Amino acid sequence: MKKLLLAFVMLCGICSMHAQEYFPKNDGVKTTNNNYTALTNAKIFVTPTQIINNGTLLIQNGKVVASGKTVTIPKNSVVIDLKGKHVYPSFIDIYTSFGVEKPKRAPGGGRSTQYDASREGFYWNDHIMPENKAIEKFKYDSKKAKALIASGFGVVNAHIEDGIVRGTSVLVALNSQGDNSQRILDQNTAQHLSASRSIASNQSYPTSIMGTTALLRQLYHDAKWYEAGNSQTKDLSIEALLANKSLPQIFDAGGYQNDLRFDKVGDEFNINYIIKGGGDEFARIEEIKNTRARFIIPLDFPLAYDVTDPYHASKVSLADMRMWNQAPSNPATLAKNGVVFALTTSELNKISDFKSNLMRAIEYGLNETTALAALTTVPANFLGKENEIGSLKKGAYANFLITSGDIFDSNTTLYENWVQGQKNVINDMSVKDIRGNYDLTINSKKYALKIKGKVTKPSVEITSGEAKIGSKLTYTNGWVNLFYNPSGGKNEYVRLTAAVTANDNLNGKGTLTNGNTINWTAVKTKAFKEKAGKKDKKDSPKLSPVTFPNKAYGFKELPKQQTILFKNATVWTNEAEGVMKNADVLVKNGKITQVGTNLSARGATVIDATGKHLTSGIIDEHSHIAAASVNEAGQNSSAEVTMEDVVDPDDMNLYRNLSGGVTAMQILHGSANPIGGRSALIKLKWGEGSEGMIIDNSPKFIKFALGENVKQSNWQSFNRFPQSRMGVEQVFMDYFQRAKEYDIAWKEYNALPAKTKARTKAPRYDSELNTIAEILNKERFISSHSYVQSEINMLMKVAEKFDFKVNTFTHILEGYKVADKMAAHGAGGSTFSDWWAYKNEVNDAIPYNAAIMHNAGVLVAINSDDREMSRRLNQEAAKTIKYGGVSEEDAWKFVTLNPAKLLHLDDRMGSIKVGKDADLVLWSDHPMSIYAIAEKTIIDGAIYYDYQEMQKMQEDIRKEKNELINMMIQAKNKGVKTRLPEKKADKELHCNSL
Amino acid sequence: MKYLKNIFFGLLVVMNSLVIAQQTPADAQSESILILGATAHIGNGQVIENSAIGFDKGKITFVGTKSQANTDNFSKTIDASGKHIYPGFIAGNTTMGLVEVDAIRATDDDDEIGEMIPHVRSIIAYNAESKVVESMRPNGVLMAQVAPRGGRISGTSSIVQFDAWNWEDAAIKTDDGIHMNWPNSFSRGRWWLGEDPRLVPSKNYKDQVEEVVSFVKEAKAYLNGSQSPRNLPYEAVKGLFDGTQRLYVHVDGEKEIIDAVNFTKENGIKHLVIIGGDEAHKVADVLAENKVSVMITRPHRLPNKEDDNVKHPFNLAKLLLDKGVLVGIEMNGRMNRQESRNLPFFAGSFAAYGIGKEQAVQLITENAAKILGIDNIVGTLAQGKDATLFLSEGDALDMRTNIVSHAFIQGREVSLETHQTKLWKRYAKKFSKK
Repeated sequence: MKKLLLAFVMLCGICSMHAQEYFPKNDGVKTTNNNYTALTNAKIFVTPTQIINNGTLLIQNGKVVASGKTVTIPKNSVVIDLKGKHVYPSFIDIYTSFGVEKPKRAPGGGRSTQYDASREGFYWNDHIMPENKAIEKFKYDSKKAKALIASGFGVVNAHIEDGIVRGTSVLVALNSQGDNSQRILDQNTAQHLSASRSIASNQSYPTSIMGTTALLRQLYHDAKWYEAGNSQTKDLSIEALLANKSLPQIFDAGGYQNDLRFDKVGDEFNINYIIKGGGDEFARIEEIKNTRARFIIPLDFPLAYDVTDPYHASKVSLADMRMWNQAPSNPATLAKNGVVFALTTSELNKISDFKSNLMRAIEYGLNETTALAALTTVPANFLGKENEIGSLKKGAYANFLITSGDIFDSNTTLYENWVQGQKNVINDMSVKDIRGNYDLTINSKKYALKIKGKVTKPSVEITSGEAKIGSKLTYTNGWVNLFYNPSGGKNEYVRLTAAVTANDNLNGKGTLTNGNTINWTAVKTKAFKEKAGKKDKKDSPKLSPVTFPNKAYGFKELPKQQTILFKNATVWTNEAEGVMKNADVLVKNGKITQVGTNLSARGATVIDATGKHLTSGIIDEHSHIAAASVNEAGQNSSAEVTMEDVVDPDDMNLYRNLSGGVTAMQILHGSANPIGGRSALIKLKWGEGSEGMIIDNSPKFIKFALGENVKQSNWQSFNRFPQSRMGVEQVFMDYFQRAKEYDIAWKEYNALPAKTKARTKAPRYDSELNTIAEILNKERFISSHSYVQSEINMLMKVAEKFDFKVNTFTHILEGYKVADKMAAHGAGGSTFSDWWAYKNEVNDAIPYNAAIMHNAGVLVAINSDDREMSRRLNQEAAKTIKYGGVSEEDAWKFVTLNPAKLLHLDDRMGSIKVGKDADLVLWSDHPMSIYAIAEKTIIDGAIYYDYQEMQKMQEDIRKEKNELINMMIQAKNKGVKTRLPEKKADKELHCNSL
Repeated sequence: MKYLKNIFFGLLVVMNSLVIAQQTPADAQSESILILGATAHIGNGQVIENSAIGFDKGKITFVGTKSQANTDNFSKTIDASGKHIYPGFIAGNTTMGLVEVDAIRATDDDDEIGEMIPHVRSIIAYNAESKVVESMRPNGVLMAQVAPRGGRISGTSSIVQFDAWNWEDAAIKTDDGIHMNWPNSFSRGRWWLGEDPRLVPSKNYKDQVEEVVSFVKEAKAYLNGSQSPRNLPYEAVKGLFDGTQRLYVHVDGEKEIIDAVNFTKENGIKHLVIIGGDEAHKVADVLAENKVSVMITRPHRLPNKEDDNVKHPFNLAKLLLDKGVLVGIEMNGRMNRQESRNLPFFAGSFAAYGIGKEQAVQLITENAAKILGIDNIVGTLAQGKDATLFLSEGDALDMRTNIVSHAFIQGREVSLETHQTKLWKRYAKKFSKK
């Protein structure tokens, strides 16, 4: 297919289109051509499922007039006999930037961050551009069209690939002979959106994916409000968004996590995005299927790694190796699960890779009818253009392919691609097939001549008796040129040439090695027989099984709830019973059902816990693992964003945290802003998707932050308010006051009698103020990053002014200085055990902080804010015994019951009590001993981590990697392109990560 | 105004605490001391129950059981029944005293510019009065190697004890070795220059190794010659060839470790120590055979690779000790200074994953001393060695029982107070009055 480009010839004028009939003509006479073209005796795929054997396709003026078995051919028809050939609708790619120039990157903004929009009269955010129209930038790209046509495409849909809301696309027929008056099928086909901000603007918001989801939500709220006529001002973006409302909405999500993320945003506003995926959808196919969304799927499969250097190979992760192995199965998996999708050339390095990658997808199990539909009827349907494109029904554009046979067979030749009735020759189908066996006689010496390979580019083999003779054959424009070296050794050749005629034999002139001219003949003895296509004989490739998540330590099947009876354990109840020796605990249906001695339960898995300790699971009040982003740093308040949007269930640190006995955590927004984002409270159910991890009916939390991070002390940034602790207070005063007014406005509006309400303009919904109002209404709790005593005191005073309490101060390293005030206010403290000396504001951080606060009556927890430390919070709790002499039972509560209380989850978690969730850890030793190992970590009664299992999985990982490495070496030996091995870059996220 | 006042008050406290003096160094040992009845962890793997450890004029003079000791020979006895006695713990590869607060550049003295700067010496920047230094002692960490960071050859380290007026007092061994960051065979492209941002095999690895080889060869040639005019960097590596200095190579990868071992052998460098050694277990046989010791990174770190055994950092000590490699613990990484006080717990963590508790003690006492070349002075409770030791209420490797009651450095009983204990006491008292 690659080489076909070379053979590409454009032929004009066979059934030329007319210039617009009302245009004047000064270079000749006006002509009209209403002739028909009839393509007869072909196997016609009217649609992927409606197939006519020996049918006729009748076209006129660029459109299909009829397709069927018995079509009356009008007299003014040009008839083309396509006996033995197949006719398919040309392909459609609805996700391209064909002919549309990408915007240029905005020049660097220097040190000062740009917070405001660059435009006037449009939405407040530059990355929202529904008013953009691809048609206004469209310029037909003949070069690109040539490549697309050669790959079988007849129609493409193009948009400006920039920004979050990108405006409308243009649907273009690849009619290189015609002009835009014919090619443009629709100048407002669909509205496009994406997860990426515009490169053309430096406006800082949004810096994160959760900022993007929040921005979209606010936009849709604003549009509704604007539509109702509530706005006093003009917003051209929103007006365009409203005008585009009824169009198909195509969202470039680019990977399974974003697919799910943005599908959910769309659902909230009753918008069914057509989602452009990223090729990894197979890894979470159940969730993808449950979106019921329609997809556009790229075919850019990852290259094999060059793993011939064992050391280099050792750095490649199992996940990356699997991606190479499994990605080609993505379309097949989607199809098998009933997900409707179109295919796109987007993301491919070269359009000419399209066919080979498509063939690979088929080799990996994609059904051919589905593949054809994904290139024809499905994309047409997505755009509501099923009567015009994607099929060969009456009235549709005459966009079709003529092939030598089954289009999904590797031996098949694509001859012609007709677009709007214009023929594009890819491979000349008039070329006579000269392949076969011949007897060649030269100077009475007999040779066996074999011509084989492709019709248009045959190869040759000459033998004399047993001996093979070096030879070469070219076949162009109806002439054959044949060279061979009769002696084998010396550089001397016999050169033969012949014109190909209707006669099967080859006759021509030749020059011998001595320069004498002769006549020669090759008599055909046997015709060439095409071997069956590749796909029929190939074994389908071996696939690594998909695990949850699809990487090392992933589960083949998700852990199930079990009835478990722990016998004879030392049980740390965190309740009045204290630490019970030789006790039993029964777990059933995900709950703790009995705690006592001599328990028994039929059918229970009995775990002998003699000499071991059983505790409730560790809860980390402050974590940033499993987050696709941590800070939305584009504004100084980001209350509108939520970490629930960005929970990343594939983060290996989830499993590593399970290995340290952590069962639940608060994933907090970072500390870039005084008012941060909303939290996600999760259980570490490794293997589940993000929705499955987020705790049902989670109490609502939001991150606040104080001190050096929010005033941007430790990096060069000088133009954002606040730059001092004084300013931090004023940010809070401002937002709380506005939220209060906002809340009152809504309450008043909602209290209006129905009739008055209908006449009254509604307040604008503001996601940010709405969230802050929840704090004022005591529906949402603050966990505030804090260091020095002045700011801690300040936030409590601000809260008291607005009549609410600060729920938790996190870090709170100088909490010990104001512990009495915290206790009086009712704020909890969630602190590090012994971190200090990393910033100026932690100079007075002391490891006795927890003990002092605890003794002063503050509810204290020990947290991590660190993906490594969270794996050993049991040890961090133990440090409070050393520093300040906290009792063992109280110290243990610092990482279990107390964080549960701070998170308002203590009705379900935090202690071993009948009726609570069975979130348990079995320890080899005293849980706060340095020698303790978490042997089993259980969540909701299912075993998510087992120390012994983990070691066994190591062995499985080793074996699977070895197998995949061998497969890659094999692939490289076969000549496939490879790439350098790569080591997964670790992302480490803390409070101040962006 | 009230808030301003609060902020002002807060600032005052911060400023005030900054000028609080550090703990005053203790007076020299004036009387002989015998510690009786403790469980003695000798540091070489052995334990003496109900022990007697005596020292005088800064040196250990008696190691035995309580019944063997003659109390008359000592001016003072300390009853330590039920307690544990340990040689002072030694932290390898720290930047102790070189930086006070990470985020404040003005306090940062751990990294000089230049790629090959062995002549740059850490000892002269060591701040004996750092608040971080004094915070080590209540945990039994009484000595550390102070090593520079950055570049290819970062400079020269020294070993200090934690009770000193100035850096000269503090030094146990000056200029003990040269620190080198071995080139990495994987590198990340500079994406801002349009290079591949992924971590891929480095094109520069061979060249970078060549630069190191060439530097060492040039230095050797220089040292064989008239040495005129003087070349400070070349002179600074003299000890590598006569065996008086260690070469500490910071390296993690299996291949790079082998390259480093071959490099030192081929160039006549006598003592190689691997710092880091994440993949050292894969080449443990080679290391044992060549008597190359490894200071492994503290286990409170994540595995380097996603597919690694989740417990790999904890398993590494056992994997190497089983093959006969001499193993210690080094402190590379984030917050290395502050975290050095957790050294006993790093050792304890290794004990949770396969090695014996006394073996764990050995990692931060005898082994550390041997690796750093100070085992003739410190590292075990043995006659003639410095009386740098401490008493703990219980197992010092476990945070619940690491309660240090006495610490001696060269026989001087050092204060266990710190900036932090002062604040603790001040505020505990404030609230207890209410």
